[in-house]
Amino acid sequence: MTNLPVYPILIPLLAATALLFFPKKIKAQRFIAAVTSGLTLLASLYLLLQVHAEDTRTLDLGSWPAPFGITLVSDIFSALLVTTTSFIVFSLIIYSFKMIGRDREGFYYYPAMMFLLVGVNGAFTTGDIFNLFVFFEVFLMASYVMIVLGGTKGQLRESFKYILINVLSSALFVIAIGYLYSVTGSLNMADISARLASIEPVGLITVIGVLFLIVFGLKGAIFPLYFWMPSSYAAPPIPVLAVFGALLTKVGVYSIARTFSLFFPENEFLFSLLSLLALLTIVVGVIGAVAYWDVKQIIIYNVMIAVGVILFGFATQTEAGVEGAVFYLIHDMIIKAGLFMLIGMLILITGTSNLKKMSGTIKQFPLVGWLYFIAALSLAGIPPLSGFIGKLLIIRGGFEAEEFVGSGLILLSSLLVLYSVMKIFLNGIWGKPEEYRPKVTPNSPSIMIPTIIIVFAAIMYGFGAEGLHSFMNEAAQQMLNPENYQNAVLKE
Amino acid sequence: MKKRKPNDLVLQTVTKVVSFLIILFSIRMFFAGHYEPGGGFIGALMTSAALVLLLLAYDAKTLSTILPIDYKIITAIGLVFAIGTGVGGVLFDVPFLTHAYDKFYLPLLGEQTLHSALIFDLGVYLGVIGVTLTIIKTIGESE
Repeated sequence: MTNLPVYPILIPLLAATALLFFPKKIKAQRFIAAVTSGLTLLASLYLLLQVHAEDTRTLDLGSWPAPFGITLVSDIFSALLVTTTSFIVFSLIIYSFKMIGRDREGFYYYPAMMFLLVGVNGAFTTGDIFNLFVFFEVFLMASYVMIVLGGTKGQLRESFKYILINVLSSALFVIAIGYLYSVTGSLNMADISARLASIEPVGLITVIGVLFLIVFGLKGAIFPLYFWMPSSYAAPPIPVLAVFGALLTKVGVYSIARTFSLFFPENEFLFSLLSLLALLTIVVGVIGAVAYWDVKQIIIYNVMIAVGVILFGFATQTEAGVEGAVFYLIHDMIIKAGLFMLIGMLILITGTSNLKKMSGTIKQFPLVGWLYFIAALSLAGIPPLSGFIGKLLIIRGGFEAEEFVGSGLILLSSLLVLYSVMKIFLNGIWGKPEEYRPKVTPNSPSIMIPTIIIVFAAIMYGFGAEGLHSFMNEAAQQMLNPENYQNAVLKE
Repeated sequence: MKKRKPNDLVLQTVTKVVSFLIILFSIRMFFAGHYEPGGGFIGALMTSAALVLLLLAYDAKTLSTILPIDYKIITAIGLVFAIGTGVGGVLFDVPFLTHAYDKFYLPLLGEQTLHSALIFDLGVYLGVIGVTLTIIKTIGESE
């Protein structure tokens, strides 16, 4: 059991390798992908409970002691994210069976999905800044495959932009790591944290902080760096869009939270910059979500709003704010996956993503309609559902930090978020019923069951907030006190 | 118009000799990695270079009769070797990717130290050959 933190990375890696041997045997591909992602989920759940019961688990790969080798660190924050990721990928793999189409399945779709899971889980678990970069590249490579797979005109155009912007941000990431290495002489995150705490704060460190903000902001789509996201995410088919929307931007958010809390915990300039950019992200996201009449675009802009809300909560640096950010991060990963899945069903039924061309689908497909209704309320943060507690804590944190404008803006944004998703409900699902004859019915079990599971998880997440509170609070404590992280890794 | 076959006699004859030399040198590079410059990556690139030379001097069909291999499978086998060395550590309940070595008596070569990192390197070697030739063959064959 020494190797517990590596299992959520190792299991999908082995599965992806095995899947490379027989790309054309689609049934076997589906079976292995579903089973191994289920195993990954079980392993990460076990890891989460272990980390919660005992303490942060670290694993020095290759038996080299901490600052010299690569260390995997599973603290409660990373274990929570790894579990959520595995859960979402497991559901989306089952959802893909009917949604993705055979020609894509025969060309390494499932291996790409598993490599993406490897990359995201690895990025959440690693304790080494350069290894973080490598895992970023692993899931980015997999996402390049997934965005272009199928080769339609729109996909080719958008994948070009997507790859260009990500190559640029990866290059900036290497440069930022180079600067950091030249200042501290270490790549282990805990060691860097300890070394930065012991040297005089100089301007160069703030510059490195801003560089990290630009790099991860490009990945996570925060305000001036979001321009590539709306069109790129709309190009690939729905299951891929769901993976991207639920997971990829959140890795950027996680990396900002991790690096800022470890490397620059006292740097007020960086945190106020982050807070400002987060609020602008919310404003732009809300404008986009309200403006569009395309169901994909509305939800994609909601991804941006959520990134802004989480980063604002984190930037308050109060216990309530950070705990709320963790709560909201997990909630948002689950609910975004659910919303994209439901949008996918809606597009499947009506054959269009234009909201003005659909209406009254609830008469024929009541389950899809009501699931969407619950998911929409949950996204906006209606009390018993999952979005409530996180946003409440973030706003409380905002008031504690005396950021009244920001907290007010978040309250206002919730109203507009609700408006934007209810617009889909009222125009597309409600209204004058029309006759639809979809080629694949969304009521087939492999599409419906994972969606129900995801929406149910979102509901339970809201009702079980009391039980989850101890996990989230521990995560917030960990983020606000980087010494704990240092002690766990460097074993002092 | 009648398609004329170019006469590549000099190139093809030289290739027959040179490609073996390149492959031998690449294997030497591969095994030198632990103590001298070299290793799996550069060794694999050089082996692929020898195969690309064969592709240039002859054609894709000739190469696939000499080496009837699907290079995508070679990549996957390479991954199996590389991950397998890591999983070896898991089986002995030491951290993932922990390596081991010992002295062995080999026929002809005498006593040599064998290190499990060699298997990892073999994985890299196969993986790089697979990827390089997949890229070149895919681009070469598409119209």
